[in-house]
Amino acid sequence: MTDDSATDAGWYGGLEPGDLEAAADAIESGTREQPADWPTLAVEADFASSPEEYYDRLHEATMATTRQAVREREGADDRQLVHTVRAMDDCERTANELAERLAEWAGSVDPEAGTGIEYARTIAAREDSQNPRLESLATRIRSLAEEADELREYIERQTPTIAPNLAGLAGPVLAARLISLAGGLESLAKKPSGTVQVLGAEDALFAHLRGHAPSPKHGIIYTHDAVRGTHPADRGSAARALAGKLSIAARIDHYSGELNPELEADLAERIETIQARHGTKTADGDTRGGDDE
Amino acid sequence: MARKRPTAILEVGTMSNLPSGVERHQFDGTERLATRGNPVYGEPTDGEWRAWDPHRSKLGAMCELGMETGLEGGETALYLGAASGTTVSHVADFAGPTYAVEFAPRPTRDLLSAAESRPRLFPLLADARKPETYAHVVEADVDVIIQDVATRGQARVALENRRFLADDGHLLLAVKARSEDVTSDPNAVFAEVRADLEDGYVVLDSRRLDDYHADHLGIVARPR
Ligand SMILES: C[S@@+](CC[C@H](N)C(=O)[O-])C[C@H]1O[C@@H](n2cnc3c(N)ncnc32)[C@H](O)[C@@H]1O
Repeated sequence: MTDDSATDAGWYGGLEPGDLEAAADAIESGTREQPADWPTLAVEADFASSPEEYYDRLHEATMATTRQAVREREGADDRQLVHTVRAMDDCERTANELAERLAEWAGSVDPEAGTGIEYARTIAAREDSQNPRLESLATRIRSLAEEADELREYIERQTPTIAPNLAGLAGPVLAARLISLAGGLESLAKKPSGTVQVLGAEDALFAHLRGHAPSPKHGIIYTHDAVRGTHPADRGSAARALAGKLSIAARIDHYSGELNPELEADLAERIETIQARHGTKTADGDTRGGDDE
Repeated sequence: MARKRPTAILEVGTMSNLPSGVERHQFDGTERLATRGNPVYGEPTDGEWRAWDPHRSKLGAMCELGMETGLEGGETALYLGAASGTTVSHVADFAGPTYAVEFAPRPTRDLLSAAESRPRLFPLLADARKPETYAHVVEADVDVIIQDVATRGQARVALENRRFLADDGHLLLAVKARSEDVTSDPNAVFAEVRADLEDGYVVLDSRRLDDYHADHLGIVARPR
């Protein structure tokens, strides 16, 4: 059954047990005509001390490899997400800046002129042309806003497959922002939860480190209802609790990808306890979501 | 065709048909096939046991129909066309090391979840028509190949993967007629697939699975 050429051995040949990256590479790209008795050969090659240990390593390796391969084949990896979030933000920011410019310009000819992206949409939809330059600019603003919406929809679809636990806790857009701020899911997974808590508040953090300001209690996670919906006196605790769960979620998403529904329930319970101290900021104290800016 | 005493199948001690690890259990007053493991597709459970739905699994239908699969429990298995893991999760519940090959990324995501709680289920994103891309991972001499790829060239897939099967092993094959040819009569398609299989296998038993899966044929074969 075996062909004994040493060059094309089993997937484990030359691997350090536990080096999942190298294992993924070997499993993904290796080829061989005939199978062989890998469990026995792997034990003989000292890759594992017993067939049982070999199978444990094989499970770990095939899970990691296949997970990575699925992500790549779906074109849905975290790097794509990082670019999408940044592109969405750029489109939104640019659309808003141009909408301001448009409002200023339009206000110079029409005292009744409105403001914002909505106003740009109205001008762009104008049937009777009054000012072609103005309308052309409005059309571009509308397209940029539409592009931002499409990028957001893409994020809402993709984030749950890339980071199911994080998306479940934070909502897809905030989850994607955290991944983007950290520079990827892996680096987010490796950050201590104290860092996750202030991601996006770098300016305030540096001001604090230079001794100009109090230490920031929260960064972008402020937009989550668990923080925003909590009485200001307790927001620090809420942010700490939320960041802790988000860190766990990011780690599970990076290392296993398995959805753990208990996380959401745990967070809800923690936040409820915290909010019970001074009551909630908002009426309902819902701890889910947090997807707006 | 269903033989009472299949001479070709080795060591079928009892005639109970069901491999050990597969039992009939009561779910809501009906007796159903069941295996022990974490639920995967919303199937009903009874303690550690979870129902194995023959309507959603061709192998389940083959067992339900009493086909002599040669399965005893604990065998090393290669499963081709694992999809989201509905059937292969049951296989992993009663078999030993189980290699699951699937080439579509989408269902493989769910297959990964099913494999999470099954330490002897090994998911592989690969094309079953290219065994050379996983022969460095899947071991030689597996006891059983289970195939449900529902794609054109089902006999060829079985023949290509014969290299993994032990000489005394079994092929359990579900053939979907419409995957080969939507227009032909299913019986003509089945005859052709069987004839093609003969290049590498001896067919021991075959049965239409229509009670559970329209225009599907279940085949039990051993390597030639
Ligand atoms: C009918 S479904 C299998 C259902 C599954 N056996 C079950 O009962 O849980 C057929 C699967 O075979 C997969 N498939 C088709 N051609 C394949 C190939 N060449 N290699 C691997 N998988 C293939 C399809 O992607 C699909 O998921």
